[in-house]
Amino acid sequence: MFEALGQRFTSIFSGLRGKVSESDLTNFTAQIKTALLESDVALEVAEQFSKQVFDKAREVSDEINRSTNPAQKIFEIVNAELTQVLGGSARRLRFAKSAPTVILLAGLQGAGKTSLAGKLANYLKAQGNTPLLVAADLQRPNAVTQLQVVGDSIKIPVFAPQPGNGVGDPVVVAANGVKFAKDKLHNFVIIDTAGRLGVDKELMQEITDVRDAIKPDEIFFVVDAMIGQDAVKTAQAFADGVGFDAVILTKLDGDARGGAALSIVSMTGKPIIFAATGEKVSDFDLFYPDRMASRILGMGDVASLAEQAKLAMPQETSKKLEDKFVRGEDFTFDDFLSQLEAMKNMGSMSKLMGLLPGASGMKKQLENFDESELIRTRAIIESMTPQERNNPKVLNGSRRSRIARGSGRAISEINSLVERFSQAQKMMKQMRNGGMPAGMGAIPGMGALPKPQQSNQSSKKKSRSGNPAKRAIEEGM
Amino acid sequence: MSLFKRLFTALKSGSVTSDEWEQIRSNLISSDLGVKLVDQLIDQAKSIKPDDAKEAITRQVSSWLSQKNRNLIMAPDRVTTILVVGVNGTGKTTSVAKLANKLKGEGNSVLLAAADTFRAAATEQLQTWAERIGIKVVIGAVNSDPASVAFSAISNAKQDKFNYLIIDTAGRLHTKQDLMDELGKVIRVIEKHSPVDEILLVVDATTGQNGITQARTFIAAVAVTGFIVTKLDGSAKGGVALAIEKESGLPIKFVGSGEAIGDLAPFEPGSYIESLFN
Repeated sequence: MFEALGQRFTSIFSGLRGKVSESDLTNFTAQIKTALLESDVALEVAEQFSKQVFDKAREVSDEINRSTNPAQKIFEIVNAELTQVLGGSARRLRFAKSAPTVILLAGLQGAGKTSLAGKLANYLKAQGNTPLLVAADLQRPNAVTQLQVVGDSIKIPVFAPQPGNGVGDPVVVAANGVKFAKDKLHNFVIIDTAGRLGVDKELMQEITDVRDAIKPDEIFFVVDAMIGQDAVKTAQAFADGVGFDAVILTKLDGDARGGAALSIVSMTGKPIIFAATGEKVSDFDLFYPDRMASRILGMGDVASLAEQAKLAMPQETSKKLEDKFVRGEDFTFDDFLSQLEAMKNMGSMSKLMGLLPGASGMKKQLENFDESELIRTRAIIESMTPQERNNPKVLNGSRRSRIARGSGRAISEINSLVERFSQAQKMMKQMRNGGMPAGMGAIPGMGALPKPQQSNQSSKKKSRSGNPAKRAIEEGM
Repeated sequence: MSLFKRLFTALKSGSVTSDEWEQIRSNLISSDLGVKLVDQLIDQAKSIKPDDAKEAITRQVSSWLSQKNRNLIMAPDRVTTILVVGVNGTGKTTSVAKLANKLKGEGNSVLLAAADTFRAAATEQLQTWAERIGIKVVIGAVNSDPASVAFSAISNAKQDKFNYLIIDTAGRLHTKQDLMDELGKVIRVIEKHSPVDEILLVVDATTGQNGITQARTFIAAVAVTGFIVTKLDGSAKGGVALAIEKESGLPIKFVGSGEAIGDLAPFEPGSYIESLFN
């Protein structure tokens, strides 16, 4: 989400070398401010944040100039400030003392509340809870039907006594929904409400009435990550109107810079609790301020990547791979394929790649990454005999041409896959011997990706990068 | 006093302090105009002769607006096809309904097509609107190919000689190449039978600078002919729309400003510019 901002920061940092003068600092903070504004951070927040960085940096200016790498020092300050503004430590869901925990969703039209309600319910269910969805958006045509369809698809009951489309009282529906949940022993209730503008006094009163009728344990303000300068005004209107405990960001899979996140958090003092990213009901996760700060600074969200990888790869597969790795056995085409499948499970390649450090610069290519490439690769591997998969050295010309016919691909494609595979194999050996793989291209199955940044990361042996963003990556990993 | 008036008063008095300029700049940035555009405008305003400041600034902003016709195209002797596109949650379905209602009110026969087969109950949402307006809507099965819905809609519209066919599409983030390609397919299928006259991109007024990227990507993918700016009744100024017009040269054709069926109006450059400075 913040990639664009990350790029800005990266270029700002690459301009900082040697000793840092007072005017360098002023110039630098002005640039941060502009970068933040271009990322839709509210003006007040951008000013406040850049001033904070300036003050902190000046406070420790002696230390900065004494250090061997002043830019690195300032970078650390920016990182710390950003993490702090974004919430310090991640907020977690609060459970009610006695079930059910009642969650009320509020937000503008089109923020994505109904989809989000489904995602949240699905997330809770996966953790062993028994959520109930309540259709209290009786305004938008067929919002009730939409929630019912969503509920059906994830097998979560939906309390929808009113047809909606302007018929029914949301206060009554919400109250009865909570009552219903108590009777049926649901431990969570998620109440979907109609979208409303911050300036609409009447509708703000309506949701306040809903709140008073059900006394929710959590009120979440749902906001589109693409929102602009109005974020602050709208968030404030909701905070003053119905009030809310935390924020949920939606549509984070776009390329919005998402400065609104920063604005809302710092203006309302409320933390962001969840982040939703895609069209699938599982595209939903907790919000991690520290990770997000890293993303903003172009360091990549490595922690999220590792977590997703762990979830996507079936336990046995990863155990098997790990064992082979430890025992020093050869990496085979079968392993290659199971890694590919794990990647497919991890969701869209472009989204996945966005999490990698240094990948923000190749965003465009990543977005256009052809996922059918994975399918083709799979077809080729599956046209090989077990012997060929285990011992690729036997792949002579006639075998390759048979595989080409079997998979319906050109021989040149077989050749390039074998080439990519041997690179991956080499990388595995290198890693086992304690080395670091060089660049992105070495990740198995991704050989077809562009590698514009490879040199940045592989040059580490000669010198440490003067760019603190890159250095942090080199030194941190 | 509105910022616009303050600006002119200050300019007339011939002495605008740097604090005042900063204030003006802040206000414009808060309207989502974007830092670059604001700085450009301020730079030009600073060099303007005090006497004709108001006219000059208005002229400057107006010159950034599209010079193209803001009226909806109407094909004379065949069905006029309008495709409505945009990212998720901008208000496409509602805009489609409002537009249909407006055209029907002007005495046209209008057919709707629910080609958003992806979002749960999007078809039902459009059906409900169609019932309220009293017009027909062509629908497809859940998760069916939107191009097939478009195909039966255009066949229907031609056969029954409708004046207008308005096609609602699924929301798609401009960063999803496959979904952008899907849109191309919908258009190709229609154009085998009849031209697509208007492709209207729906832009949410609360959107920030990402709106520019959205517009850029949609325009690159399909032949967008204009914009509908929605949710202008909130506290958002929708300054990004000016930035989009300036960059694309394409016109905003309508603005949406409420949840009622009648809340759609032709875009008025004058009042829009005024509101940006308020």
